[in-house]
Amino acid sequence: MINYDAEPLLDVQNLKQYFKVSKTFTVKAVDDVSFKIYPGETYGLVGESGSGKSTIGRSVIRLYDPTAGKITFDGMDISGRMSKDTEKRLRQEMQMIFQDPMASLNPRKKIGDIIGEGLDIHHAYSSEKERGDKIKAILEKVGLSPEHATRYPHQFSGGQRQRVGIARALVMDPKMIIADECISALDVSIQAQVVNLMKDIQDETGCAYLFIAHDLSMVKYISDRIGVLHLGHLLETGTTEEIFTKPVHPYTRSLLSAIPAPNPIVEKQRKALTYDYKTSGIDYNQGTSHHVDGTHYVSCTDEEYDKWIKETDKF
Amino acid sequence: MSDEEKKIEETPAAEEAKAAVVSEETEPEDDRDIILDIKDLDITFKTSAGPVHAIRGVNIRLHRGETVAIVGESGSGKSVTMKAAMGILAKNAIVNSGKIRFSYKHLETGEPDTVDILKQDKKWIRSHINGRRIAMVFQDPMTSLDPTMPIGKQIMEGMMWHYNTPKEEAYNKAKKLLEEVGIEDAEKRMKNYPHQLSGGMRQRVVIAIALSCDPDLLICDEPTTALDVTIQARIIELIRRIQKERGISVIYITHDLGVVAKVADYVNVMYAGRIVEKGTINEIYYDPRHPYTWGLLSAMPDLDTDDDRLYTIPGSPPNLLHEKPGDAFAPRNRYALVVDEKADPPMFKITDTHYAATWLLDPRAPKVEMPPELKARIERMKKEAESVDD
Repeated sequence: MINYDAEPLLDVQNLKQYFKVSKTFTVKAVDDVSFKIYPGETYGLVGESGSGKSTIGRSVIRLYDPTAGKITFDGMDISGRMSKDTEKRLRQEMQMIFQDPMASLNPRKKIGDIIGEGLDIHHAYSSEKERGDKIKAILEKVGLSPEHATRYPHQFSGGQRQRVGIARALVMDPKMIIADECISALDVSIQAQVVNLMKDIQDETGCAYLFIAHDLSMVKYISDRIGVLHLGHLLETGTTEEIFTKPVHPYTRSLLSAIPAPNPIVEKQRKALTYDYKTSGIDYNQGTSHHVDGTHYVSCTDEEYDKWIKETDKF
Repeated sequence: MSDEEKKIEETPAAEEAKAAVVSEETEPEDDRDIILDIKDLDITFKTSAGPVHAIRGVNIRLHRGETVAIVGESGSGKSVTMKAAMGILAKNAIVNSGKIRFSYKHLETGEPDTVDILKQDKKWIRSHINGRRIAMVFQDPMTSLDPTMPIGKQIMEGMMWHYNTPKEEAYNKAKKLLEEVGIEDAEKRMKNYPHQLSGGMRQRVVIAIALSCDPDLLICDEPTTALDVTIQARIIELIRRIQKERGISVIYITHDLGVVAKVADYVNVMYAGRIVEKGTINEIYYDPRHPYTWGLLSAMPDLDTDDDRLYTIPGSPPNLLHEKPGDAFAPRNRYALVVDEKADPPMFKITDTHYAATWLLDPRAPKVEMPPELKARIERMKKEAESVDD
């Protein structure tokens, strides 16, 4: 069980990430997003392509410099300029798994060296033997065998490569892992293997995940809490249970109704709810955070809130 | 099941069993309009590492207006089969046997005609079949569009090449197609380049191109895998609408069983180059017989339960470079019998439309039921379906 009274591991407050495209045009990829992740928790970020979910991941791990907002990780402020010590800790304790395991593994390096690179940079071993042992142990943990250390990425299948990606993140013993669409490129049966592996690792090491994906059914399986993102705004957040049984925001509802169920008779009759921001009359900039119950929050105006809450009984 | 029980399956030799089984050859001929008939297709690829036996006796039949889904993991041969049907196999492919009969109406005379795609030369196929009679929608709309050409021109290209349509007429047709696939401001969009469109819009453009020459058959190779759920729902809706309006046949290649449930009339489950189970959509989803189909259905995340572990099919697909005797799925099959190691199971007939290639269906095999979790899930699905029917 996750202790929601504890100090959050990651606290993102009013994060804004703008990209200046030209003198007159700025893309507001992430606009005023706040959320918390607790130790040992999995937080799922969902939304369509272009909603800013990957940008949040990259801003949090400081691949980008956030435009505004405050990010606190494990008690230290990691927004703005970081001190050398802070940066060093961040680079060890927060790791990332990328979507395409072929593009994110150096094709000219052996698996062992790819996994060991982080250890080399941070001088995390005292002897060559210790380095080897650490790599072997991590390979076994992700379901590969130690002999794989001397092979190259192209010699592996897609599922195995993603295991290498996980091993590389895990070898630094991180407190938090950002998984950016890490199963989207895999086959269904392989997806299940990787998701199960990530769950096992979490049970063992107690690390937290920020799980970014557009496949809601997989997010439901792995996440404790979910945040729904659209056009750079966090519209609704709550436990998986709360989001799936009582979605309040019309966008969340349309998203949930679009998941095809493997039940042909039901599926052939069912129509997904449509949602169009332009014609819905909703202005995301007007919305403020409303507390539904428990950890369930929705961003909207007061009138919208009253209207939507009445509708939730019908959903 | 104990080892003793497993042994009873030693007796049937492959020949004997084949005789006992109603093979697909006797599948009743019906008078419905057959558009594509793939028979005993067998393909090997020559590679530097040795021959790869990629397709091992595939039979698929498709009638006019129907949708057939082909489901399977990557490397199971779904795409190779479809490439063969379009006559665009790679140069190192050797067709060992098989027929791909494609029926169409002559453009000028309206006379029906049937050709064997495998016997035609590439040039003829390029000008008579590809794009014109059979069109294909690929997974990634960014790589299947030309980044240096406005989308309007890309839609017009096919019509002008295949039918010598005058430029002005092609332009008007292209504009109408863009409207048909749900793109607003078609006139303006014609001049846009692919990078100016979103992923969902690009896929709409690809569909417009596929439809531009009025094909009889549309092959969709993972058309929505790269898109998110809301866009996916809209694209599927679009393909379904167009299919109904134009009466074309569609083949769907996908590994998403949720999508299949929405679109397909018939399902073919492929594994390691052969079809292991085929049937109507309801037969496959509510009465699956092959252990691999059981695995696929179980691995689908279930939104209605709170199990916190996903079912996985153990192991990984076989390397077709090293062909082994027996059932290719046996090493991953926890219901495997001794005979599975020795002989590849034939297609056993369950109903007129439902076939499965597993020794479990042999009358001499021990009775094995699908996993209880899946059974419970199917019961729940059936109940849900009843409430929809009312």
